[in-house]
Amino acid sequence: MLTLIVRRLGLLVLVLFGLSLLLFAWVRALPGDPARALLGEKATPAGIAEITARYGFDRPVWQQYLTYLGRLLRGDFGASINTGEPVLSTFAQRFPATIELAVAALLLAVVVGVPLGYLAARRRGGLLDNLAVGGSLLGVVVPVFFLAVLLKYVLSIWLGWFPTSGRQDARIDATHITGFYVLDGLLTREWDASWDALKHLVLPALALGSIPLAIIVRITRASVLEVLSEDHVRTARAKGLARGVISRRHILRNALLPVSTTLGLQAGALLSGAVLTETVFSINGIGSYLFDAVNQLDYPVLQGFILFIALVYALVNLVVDVSYGVIDPRVRVS
Amino acid sequence: MPESLKPETTQPTRPTRRAFTLASLSVAALATASACAESERESGSGESSSSGGGSEVDTFVFGGSADPDSLDPTFASDGETFRVSRQIFEGLISTKPGTTELAPGLATKWDASEDGLSYTFTLQEGVTFSNGKPFDAAAVVANFERWYNLRGLAQGEDLAYYYRSIFRGFKINDDPALTTSLYAGSTANPDGTVTVNLTSPFAGFLASLTLPAFGMQETGAVEAGGGNGTDGSDPRQSAYATTGPVGTGPFVFSAWERGQQLTLKRNDTYWGEKAKVATAIVRFISDGTARRQALQNGDIDGYDLVAPADVETLKSGDFQVQNRPAFNILYLGINQAAPGLGDLKVRQAIAHAIDKDAVVKNSLPEGTKAATQFVPDNVIGYNKDVTTYAYDPDAAKKLLAEAGQASLALKFNYPTGVSRPYMPNPETIYKAISSQLTAVGIQITPVAEQWNPNYLGTVQGGADHGVHLLGWTGDYNDPDNFVGVFFGAQTNEWGFNDQGLFDALAKARTATSEDAQVSAYEDINEQIMTLLPGIPIASPVPSLAFAPGVDGYTASPVQDEVWNLVSVSKDS
Repeated sequence: MLTLIVRRLGLLVLVLFGLSLLLFAWVRALPGDPARALLGEKATPAGIAEITARYGFDRPVWQQYLTYLGRLLRGDFGASINTGEPVLSTFAQRFPATIELAVAALLLAVVVGVPLGYLAARRRGGLLDNLAVGGSLLGVVVPVFFLAVLLKYVLSIWLGWFPTSGRQDARIDATHITGFYVLDGLLTREWDASWDALKHLVLPALALGSIPLAIIVRITRASVLEVLSEDHVRTARAKGLARGVISRRHILRNALLPVSTTLGLQAGALLSGAVLTETVFSINGIGSYLFDAVNQLDYPVLQGFILFIALVYALVNLVVDVSYGVIDPRVRVS
Repeated sequence: MPESLKPETTQPTRPTRRAFTLASLSVAALATASACAESERESGSGESSSSGGGSEVDTFVFGGSADPDSLDPTFASDGETFRVSRQIFEGLISTKPGTTELAPGLATKWDASEDGLSYTFTLQEGVTFSNGKPFDAAAVVANFERWYNLRGLAQGEDLAYYYRSIFRGFKINDDPALTTSLYAGSTANPDGTVTVNLTSPFAGFLASLTLPAFGMQETGAVEAGGGNGTDGSDPRQSAYATTGPVGTGPFVFSAWERGQQLTLKRNDTYWGEKAKVATAIVRFISDGTARRQALQNGDIDGYDLVAPADVETLKSGDFQVQNRPAFNILYLGINQAAPGLGDLKVRQAIAHAIDKDAVVKNSLPEGTKAATQFVPDNVIGYNKDVTTYAYDPDAAKKLLAEAGQASLALKFNYPTGVSRPYMPNPETIYKAISSQLTAVGIQITPVAEQWNPNYLGTVQGGADHGVHLLGWTGDYNDPDNFVGVFFGAQTNEWGFNDQGLFDALAKARTATSEDAQVSAYEDINEQIMTLLPGIPIASPVPSLAFAPGVDGYTASPVQDEVWNLVSVSKDS
């Protein structure tokens, strides 16, 4: 297990190195001139020349890359062209909002998705099964962006049940320690702040969680169906085990293996879906910041943020692979 | 039951026990963490009742479109930074609310010398900075000297933008493109006044001092917070510019949660009329529709940059919509380097082909005025008697025929995916104008391009464009800030070289009295409209929207909107 982790981490370094090269080339291939994007209508030829020279955009790309790599190795991720904010600390500042949202979305997907998928499989062909399968198809097909706008329109503007944007009411005097607003409210015993943050989280989490939810329902259902027909389940039944025991130890445990793999893969989908969800709901996570960076051609932010996201994605998948061993002892042995 | 099965039946309790342990551990962890996590909440409540009608609320929440770049306006040129700066800082000169007219700020009066090289300001007495330091002549000198002595990165085009573009140079220029500074020096006089000397006359000097970039800051706090970037670091990220700005304004900085909101508190030692609300919050919502929804939902009390399409919806929902007097210009740029467009007759034909009133009526917000020249009518030097080109398709056809361009083919560049104050809906405006041009026989090749990333690059950076839509929002009441920006030198955008016009603009900039400035720019505006480098279309009116209970907000053409008179009441 330990060798696996070490080997995977070594591989990760290589991947990140390759990615930094690709990213560097990619952002420079984006159409447009960052100096002009920065200055807008106020751009003058002298101003553009000054900024281009300052950031070295006039130098050969390979030279620019070497400079960038040199700084990267010293832990310097550069600063936003737009505001001068250091990329690393901005990421750290914005990440909690995205994590909070992603965790809420994933939690929703698992808490609703696994039981629903399980029940659908146990009542195969029934009304619940049809609803779950149909609904999950819809969940996969409807774009996150569209769902976000729809949810906001119906539940927030029309019915007024939830706030329209942001992470907390502007007028609440909330203390922030960790950057996870729901948690902050609990830690500081500002219950109203926590409750308010939770209300702000519901719609974005629903929107973002829709695709993982749909996928989890389908995978759980399929894999429960498969396990149900296996010999060991039949044996367990034959030897007269209690229904609950069969469900927990023989069906669910085996059926959850593919589900946990999916969870790891969904982490990537959650991070990319966050770009749209955060933009629609004005959430100050990495997604909305990245969205602005693309518009502004903010090279250092694009390079840095995507690199960090890749790192997070890779680490999450590593954790998922390791967790296999916990769920399925056979993996540990081999 | 066979023996062998026993363990299995008892095992299910294991995960439960484990889960229980886990749960108790997390509760314990939470309890420990919360023991060291103190609430920083102040005691006292958010509402206080007043004698009249509904209850007064002591918080004003305004929806802006983005975070400020920093809290130090010296290094900014964007509206969102200035929105915040105007609450914290004040300049020597202000504007009369709702107009572009100059009014006393921290200076009560000012005198210019005959030669326009020296200005003496009499200062408001009894003013202190929010950190208790006195505001006096020495403080003014310290501010000018601070700007003059900036070095390195701080001199950058995107940092000290206004100092750079108005004063044109620093004590030591780190960029070869900079020239001799317009600022020569300043002295604190024994009688408490302050004199600022210039190296050459600049007609727009006083008006430029209304810019938040020249707001008076407590230079001791700037220095202590590393706000000058003297160590080579980015001054926008200094402690001063991110957490500790010190000015004389009606509000003081309280907190900034990036991407969410910025909180200001009332300055209880403010020398002028103290703020009616104890707290003012700018909430950042980048999307215009989301801002409207936040207002409708009560999350915010007002917002800027209302989409024209939302005005009716808001009005019918009892919200207040305020028009900001237009201080911008939308124009159809003409690239004289493109085939056919160097011919004056062709440009005149284009001018006659466009029905500006129809464009205004059908494609621009209510209250918008059609333009006759490249400055709006509230700018110094606006020429009432300028040459105009009436809508006359027949005259246009005739002119095209005379020029031998009866079947002229043109590229028409316009941006997509953008809404600017002077151009809320470029696609609609493009459709209106292009159909008018087609009607007189001009063949249009539409070139639509996303604003981000490269529309400006195409129409301003290169020569491959025909006619295009663009515009400008003025910063302060100086015609040089409009026509000087457009036509001060040969550019790719316009593609003409008219040394006479360039010289006239350079000379007008140095006028030593307002009368001389007015007459110089009236002439220039006429000269431009005879040359016809482009067609000024209109000055669209931007709008702000407020909840029914908001009172005391005066929209300003130059966005000089200070919130000390704003009050919010909620109907019970």
